Amino acid sequence: MNLDLLLQLVVNGLIVGTLYGVVAMCFVLIYKSTQIVNFAQGEFLLIGAWVCWWLMTSFEAPIWIGFPLTFLFMLIFGVLLQVVVLRPMIGEPIISVIMVTIGLSIFFQSLMGWMFGVFAKPFPRVFETESINILGLQVQTAYMMSLVISLVIMVGFYYFFKYSRLGLAMRATAFNQQVAQSLGISVKQVFAMSWAISAMVSALAGVVVGMVNGVSSALSFFGIKVFPAVILGGLDSIVGAIVGGLTIGVLENLAEYFDAQWLHLGNLYTVAPFYVLVIILMIKPYGLFGTKDIERI
Amino acid sequence: MAGHATMRCGEFRTSYRADTTIFPTPMSRNFALGGVVVLLLAPLVLNAYYLNLLIQIGYYGIAALGLNILVGFTGQISLGHAAFFGFGAFASAWINNSFGIPVILSIPLAGLLTTAVGMIVGVPAGRIKGLYLAIATLASQFILEDFFARAEWFTGGSSGSLANSISLFGYQMGTDQRYFYVVLFFVVVMFLFGANLLRTRDGRAFVAVRDHYLSAEIMGINLTKYRILSFGISSFYAGIGGALYGHYLGFVSAEGFTILLSIQFLGMVIIGGLGSVMGALLGTTFMVLLPEVMTSLVGTVGDLLPGLSQGVAYIKQMAIGLAIILFLIFEPDGLAHRWKMIKAYWKLYPFSY
Repeated sequence: MNLDLLLQLVVNGLIVGTLYGVVAMCFVLIYKSTQIVNFAQGEFLLIGAWVCWWLMTSFEAPIWIGFPLTFLFMLIFGVLLQVVVLRPMIGEPIISVIMVTIGLSIFFQSLMGWMFGVFAKPFPRVFETESINILGLQVQTAYMMSLVISLVIMVGFYYFFKYSRLGLAMRATAFNQQVAQSLGISVKQVFAMSWAISAMVSALAGVVVGMVNGVSSALSFFGIKVFPAVILGGLDSIVGAIVGGLTIGVLENLAEYFDAQWLHLGNLYTVAPFYVLVIILMIKPYGLFGTKDIERI
Repeated sequence: MAGHATMRCGEFRTSYRADTTIFPTPMSRNFALGGVVVLLLAPLVLNAYYLNLLIQIGYYGIAALGLNILVGFTGQISLGHAAFFGFGAFASAWINNSFGIPVILSIPLAGLLTTAVGMIVGVPAGRIKGLYLAIATLASQFILEDFFARAEWFTGGSSGSLANSISLFGYQMGTDQRYFYVVLFFVVVMFLFGANLLRTRDGRAFVAVRDHYLSAEIMGINLTKYRILSFGISSFYAGIGGALYGHYLGFVSAEGFTILLSIQFLGMVIIGGLGSVMGALLGTTFMVLLPEVMTSLVGTVGDLLPGLSQGVAYIKQMAIGLAIILFLIFEPDGLAHRWKMIKAYWKLYPFSY
């Protein structure tokens, strides 16, 4: 029985982990191309989920209309955010940039709380069946869909960065802004697009989590959970973000298992990632795949 | 010079000693002294509401100055200041309740205990800096919060712990009027210590570490030592501030010390002005008054727009976030810088060239 539970938890962890991975990837995307640590990543999930929820409940829009509209909204939102708030911060010290995103985070968190309330609201049903049975394991349909969508996003990111023009421009900008600019890449456009893409994909993750757990302000905690994942993988590595996300997802569920079985501490799974975070920072600050900062004197 | 003019056309210092006094000009010293004297009279004049605000500014201001020493002087970002603040509050109540040590002694002892915790949390600072350190302190915020919820012997767990009020020479200092003097005493001592810190060897080392850590290291400054020391001093301030908060409210519960409070502390430091002792006080005043102003604003406009008055709690938070963003975009040097500009304008008025 215990083994079954363990297996179930590991599978859950992997599925939640892919979501962490997707959000972490969005985080890394912004960090890599604009050198900004985005503390408001969780609010992207929150805003996306609420917008989609609002479209689907107030206008009773079906999901295939609600989803693209949410995407469009997040695209505009991301670009506006970058242009209005983040562009003046270029060249400012790290603390200012961090504080601006933190300011954004509490601003939008309370704005969403004001508009939609703090209590979790269930998403309109999208699937006929709650959960499906795979090899004897109960997996929620929305999670299954999230797994598929996450994998699609990951493959999409890979092709986008490898072959598309904008993706190449983004990589060039991340590699060296000045050289990229001198080659005719519009760095401003790249910055705006990376925020927009990050906001869009985060919103997708937000909608998926909202379908399973209901939409509530707890979604913004994803933005905090992302830190252990990205630090584990390395702040500027897309692959690292995925690996980190999966690891943290599994680790959380394992911590819950060990806690329930032996330790009985309660709530271990919420803090365990942060202990891991501190340990990684102590022994390997640049993570598994991150590039090490080498400073010239 | 013939006679002392009240306004001088400039400060012309002739010795290094004169350049490093605690107060840069005799004017500023007189103003500070006058300010303290006026504040001594405040409890006789002000009603409970304003006194409460002043006390809040006092204990938050002490903690904010501590954060400014860490962020503004040493250049290390901490997202876990609220946890230290809370630790000080719990520690003082715990020392007082468990060992029967009088509150007036338990407050400094709580500060020392918080210093120890701060130095342990600061250990990663020996290896990492910048945003990595910010993320590490974020983790310590959550770990300490978890500790508060868990350690029932120390914090009383979810039910919280009671903090006795101060009694001094047989006088109960529980009322706002009397407690105000206790807070004022600590504020004056801590701010003088903070201003003095910049004149010492350690204070200069902090600034050197902030400005260019490689040069500082080459000049013989032990980076790890000063980075951790800075965490220690900053936590001491947070601990004192937290202890005063705890004994003022009489009850300490873990819910008050969330990441939001940490962000508010950072907001105080940034709005006030990084690396400015007076800025810490200005920023705290701004941050404490902002929600009050928002509440009264909503109170007056609330009748026109229905739904506004239900959202006061959210509007307060939004105002905090917005204030931080707007200050960073339009006045990154904070209120202290603005104050300096105003002074500079009047110094040479009306011939400003």
